[in-house]
Amino acid sequence: MKKLTQTNLLRRLGGAAGAVALVLGAISATAVAAARDPQYAAALAAKEVGQQVDGYLGIVGASNADLRRMVDDINIKRKAVYAQKAAEQHATVEDYAFTSGCLLIAQTKSGEMYQAPDLSWKTRTGAPPLRDSRCP
Amino acid sequence: MTQATQQQGWSGRFAWGGAVMLMAGAMMPAGCISVSAPDKPIVIELNINIKQEVVYRLAADAEQTIEENAGIF
Repeated sequence: MKKLTQTNLLRRLGGAAGAVALVLGAISATAVAAARDPQYAAALAAKEVGQQVDGYLGIVGASNADLRRMVDDINIKRKAVYAQKAAEQHATVEDYAFTSGCLLIAQTKSGEMYQAPDLSWKTRTGAPPLRDSRCP
Repeated sequence: MTQATQQQGWSGRFAWGGAVMLMAGAMMPAGCISVSAPDKPIVIELNINIKQEVVYRLAADAEQTIEENAGIF
């Protein structure tokens, strides 16, 4: 009887620990989602990457394996998000991505790179960015 | 007398109308714009407007999506 209670207690403790771990995991996941990866932030600041018209991240200058891997990783994640949200809105992935591209270019900070409607890379200044006429 | 004058007046008006019509007729060839059918089929680009409508519809949702996934945007 006593042995059984002890096991029960352990189980409960285990359950509690699991719950705490879950909550901690959720918090750290939120933290990851909220901030840019340091490599991404550094590449953006160094003008190695920029926001493309089509809603994806692009390599501005010379490419290298590390940069390519990071950009591909971000773009795969972006596409997954675009695809899910586009389906919810009954729109095409391309249209959703394009709309996001409009907003992302508008949100660039001074000194960051973005793609103009003619697909050339531009450095964002204090002035509004050059955007597609279809942008909201 | 009055009747005759009036009749003369009417015919005068008709004469004027006729002259104006004649003049208009004479001027027609000069003022005419010749329209010829194009040899290529007429294409009306509707995609631009449709896309813009879609983009405006999606903007609010896309903005929220970017905020929620700030790490990859």
